[in-house]
Amino acid sequence: MAIKEVSIGDISARGAAAEQEFQGEHLVVNMGPSHPATHGVLRLKLELDGETVTKCEPVVGYLHRGDEKIAENMTYNQFVPYTDRLDYLGPIHNNVTFAMAVEKLAGLEVPPRCQAIRLLCCELARVQSHLLGVGVYAMDCGSITAFMYTFTEREKIYSLLEQLCGARFTTSYTRIGGLQRDIPDGWLGNVRKVVDEMEPVLDELDALITRNRIFYDRTVGLGVISKEDAIAYGLTGPNLRGSGVALDLRKDDPYLGYENYEFDVPIGSTGDCYDRWLVRMVELRESLKIIKQVIDSMPDGPWYAEEAKKIFAPRKDKVMTSMEELIQNFMIVTEGPQIPEGEVYFEAENPKGLLGFYIVSKGGGVPYRMKIRSPSFCNLSILPKLVPGHMVADIPVILGSFDFVMGECDR
Amino acid sequence: MSELTDDLLQAFSYLTKRASRDWPAFDCPPEHLIEFLQALRQEYGYDFLTDVTAIDWYEESPRFVVVYHLFSTQQARYIRVATPCLDDNEPSVPTVSGIWPTADWHERETYDMFGIQFEGHPDLRRILMWEEYPYFPLRKEFPLAGHEVDLPAEDIAERTGVKAQPAPMMGGPFHSGQTGPMSRREPRADDESWTEVKRRPEELDSFDQPREFRESARREQ
Repeated sequence: MAIKEVSIGDISARGAAAEQEFQGEHLVVNMGPSHPATHGVLRLKLELDGETVTKCEPVVGYLHRGDEKIAENMTYNQFVPYTDRLDYLGPIHNNVTFAMAVEKLAGLEVPPRCQAIRLLCCELARVQSHLLGVGVYAMDCGSITAFMYTFTEREKIYSLLEQLCGARFTTSYTRIGGLQRDIPDGWLGNVRKVVDEMEPVLDELDALITRNRIFYDRTVGLGVISKEDAIAYGLTGPNLRGSGVALDLRKDDPYLGYENYEFDVPIGSTGDCYDRWLVRMVELRESLKIIKQVIDSMPDGPWYAEEAKKIFAPRKDKVMTSMEELIQNFMIVTEGPQIPEGEVYFEAENPKGLLGFYIVSKGGGVPYRMKIRSPSFCNLSILPKLVPGHMVADIPVILGSFDFVMGECDR
Repeated sequence: MSELTDDLLQAFSYLTKRASRDWPAFDCPPEHLIEFLQALRQEYGYDFLTDVTAIDWYEESPRFVVVYHLFSTQQARYIRVATPCLDDNEPSVPTVSGIWPTADWHERETYDMFGIQFEGHPDLRRILMWEEYPYFPLRKEFPLAGHEVDLPAEDIAERTGVKAQPAPMMGGPFHSGQTGPMSRREPRADDESWTEVKRRPEELDSFDQPREFRESARREQ
């Protein structure tokens, strides 16, 4: 009887052969569309070599509602609620940006008080959005506590918005040529109280996260975007400034009277995830600074463009008592604000980046074509370039640092 | 601002001024588009492409106009460049994704919404709508309420009294179920008779293709 001898060498040779066979085999994995780290319905098709990502293909559009088509079929004021649903983490800023784009087309200047109220709302929206952005980012990196701190503060802003316009989340506060209504009595005092309470929380957040060794190790040197790449891929907002490009339309092409207030624009030095976090943390404080200045210098006067009779509906008490105002109100409600023919492009510095509206009008109350340039859409387009070479476990950290919203990306 | 306009009109003889209510705007013929945008980027400091989109003028010719918005990060000003698609039935313009990588997604979106081809684009697929969706939704002839046919969908005719055939929805849109385990809550299409893996059946190709529909819509007029 013959016994076959098996030597150790044989086994290891076979193991090596097997390893050879599977070496370099790539695995395709879907991340999302419903995955907690994708903050909505973003789907990433990942090609993996072991733990390392070799290819990343974002699939967007799961939240596409056809906002641009919807806009072509309704009047300008009717579209305001739809802008709430773009960046729904700071909806009031979308309202303001949209209203300003249409007013630019109409060549309409709103009075100083209206501008100041809008500016205050914009900064509240920025604080609101960044609070969620940093809180959720800390959670992406493993710290749940920080999220509780920031969400408590965010909740107070919801209450402020409720006092302002009756809605906590989907505000729809602006009208073309003005606002839904003036600020209520004592509201500015409430805003100041919330702002004062928020500052110590930001200090605590810094102590908890910004100088935290674990967070530091997790984010420094990860997802580095160079200045050139950031510009080439159309990144905007904190993501662009994190890469060291000092582009902030509030400073560079001021609107709403931002030139009258004193604030700094933070920029990063290396363009990694940690820099993007730092930019948001500093921007939070700068926004609080602006809010305080606006409260101190809130001008009196009308809060809507009174002379724009074909654009802004007259006051309710006048509608009920005067014939001319009744007709005017009827025309604006049925046919929409009368906007002249032409085309215009307006961008504002939204919390997530530059939100742009390109409006082509043939005159009348309905746009012929409206394109929404959404910052999250452009910010995400860098992922196929950025993600390959990183580990799978780094992806939530990189995605979180972008602070994107799919409602705005998919429109 | 008008100095720049005069400069550009002099330097590039093929440009024409475009009516605009805000920033300098130009019409540029498609064959010179790449050359002009390159020059704007390298010599005039317009280094940032903020937006690419299109307008459908429907009954006019040229029907499709592609619009680019460039921004200068140094001088903080915009410029608008529009280029017409010469062929109304098969609109196409050259891609600028070689100059600005951000144009990749913008052009995919414009293709998705208007069906405009970008020659030389590395990966021209739909981006917001699902693959093989039978319409280009932002074209003006898109049937918002379905289009009228002799043999309408029974349920719609019963409900609304309108003899309309709704746009086919196979392969999408995507909904996620509210209950069940996580694996079942992934957004999926209502009708999964064809998906990414299972291709669209060929007999559907003759049905509701955008071009055919457009032609029939024109005939009716």
